[in-house]
Amino acid sequence: MPRESNVMDQIKRSQVWKSIFRHDIPSDDRGRAQTVLSNIFLHLHPVRTPKSGIRVRYTWCMGGLTFFIFLVETVTGILLMFYYRPTLEFAYTDLIDLGEQVPLGIMREIHRWGAHAMVLSVWLHMLRVFMTGAYKPPREFNWAVGVILLLLTLFLSFTGYLLPWDQLAIWAVTVGTNMARATPFMGSEGPGAAFLKFGDINLVHAGSDARYALLAGRFVGEGTLLRFYVLHCLAVPFIAALLMAVHFWRVRKDGGISGPL
Amino acid sequence: MSEEGKTDLSSFDQISDRVARAKAKAEAMRAAKAAAGGGAPAAPKPAGPSTERPPAQKAEPVSAAPQAAEPPVSAPEAAPAERKTPPPRRAAPAQAAAAPAAPPAMSTLEKAAATRRQRAAAISRAALETRAAEPAEAALSRRGFFSWLAVAWVAFTAAAAAGGAAMTRFLFPNVLFEPPQVFKAGLPEDYDVGKVDERWKEKFAVWVVRNEQGIYALSTTCTHLGCTPNWLEAENKFKCPCHGSGFYRTGINFEGPAPRPLERYRVVLADDGQILVDKTVKYQQEKGQWDDPESFLKLA
Repeated sequence: MPRESNVMDQIKRSQVWKSIFRHDIPSDDRGRAQTVLSNIFLHLHPVRTPKSGIRVRYTWCMGGLTFFIFLVETVTGILLMFYYRPTLEFAYTDLIDLGEQVPLGIMREIHRWGAHAMVLSVWLHMLRVFMTGAYKPPREFNWAVGVILLLLTLFLSFTGYLLPWDQLAIWAVTVGTNMARATPFMGSEGPGAAFLKFGDINLVHAGSDARYALLAGRFVGEGTLLRFYVLHCLAVPFIAALLMAVHFWRVRKDGGISGPL
Repeated sequence: MSEEGKTDLSSFDQISDRVARAKAKAEAMRAAKAAAGGGAPAAPKPAGPSTERPPAQKAEPVSAAPQAAEPPVSAPEAAPAERKTPPPRRAAPAQAAAAPAAPPAMSTLEKAAATRRQRAAAISRAALETRAAEPAEAALSRRGFFSWLAVAWVAFTAAAAAGGAAMTRFLFPNVLFEPPQVFKAGLPEDYDVGKVDERWKEKFAVWVVRNEQGIYALSTTCTHLGCTPNWLEAENKFKCPCHGSGFYRTGINFEGPAPRPLERYRVVLADDGQILVDKTVKYQQEKGQWDDPESFLKLA
């Protein structure tokens, strides 16, 4: 039976409204489930969560916190990119200006504290998953994805550490990348590298090994700064975001968040 | 732990358990009140099947302070809730007794409906009794939940707004790495009569032109689409490389797509005798602004 039409009804019947909102305001469980499933942001979260899954004492909320910090790092990082230039001439002075001249100089500090907090929360998340046995079948693959995400988090911290371009950064990265010399087969001083040669010609030497690829040279220089900048702002976050999608997806597909044993 | 892990609130076992527990607590509280009124300390123990959450905690302050006129702690909360409770509680046994005694001629559907009604009544009864009996320990009430929800949303909105404002502010730097809008262009004697001077073109985007009467400052921005024209000394004109607009040395346009003359800037003598060019004030010929005394620095 036709209802007296008012403005809201007309809006709700319009093609624009219907193309955006597929469901009415849900009034039953089925409607609520459908609303969640048809929304890209809500569907990341399971439709039903076991009560234990929202117990802070069980999950420590560390996975969610890590994702939240990742979002904070993304937002503050994009804002910093508006001012920072990864060149020998400007990198350090832009950094000083970010603290002293640009409004809200705390932005870079938020980014830095966030980075520390994220490393901590990732470790604690790993500890929680280990202690509750949540890595056990059928969740072994997601544990492996999580380990890669941990390494990516550490690599993000490492690449970000060079960007201030002060003495601390340059020498820390010099020392850190020295480890790449010892990469098996791919590092000039690593095991197996000596076997990769044609006669007298070494295939893996200081000018062709993993460290060289990382530094874009034999020592930390302008090429390194640009390379670490691109890795830090684009490459690693992209891979991490992809793996995070896989990680969250697998949590759902492996039977939801694990319950207390 | 295992009991809390269950989420199914429609489970009959759980509800009857909660009702029993609630009743036990109500009994305990009544006993405590009576004890407090009579001045004799009492230590009531619940007779309910659950021993997980002994309600004795609530009775303790009463027995510890028997001289108190009012029963402390939970009494103010319990009192208004209890006022609402009596009818359903008294009616409950009658209903419960009546329901199983339904006529045997009932169809399956009718039976199902009766069961549903019964179940609904049990749930609402349980909710009311629970609220009446364990006010301090009960789960967050509906009203309390919504007020916390409101606080949470207000806090979230405020934080989001503050974050958005901070991000917007961050985009407006306090220090600019670009040439100032007002600059001193040296002494009038530095400029030759009849010359278009290009020394400030690159840094400040200004031509300083000296003629017999004085000095004016021309903008180097083409009025067509904003390119920078070149001064062609041999042809005595400004010529824009983008679309071929041409301007006389006065700045008046005479060829190409430019719709109006070049703009002039404010030009005055500073206290130290230098020429001061102020790009924040511009004068447009088509608006008759070139008659303004400060658009042209008269020199004897």
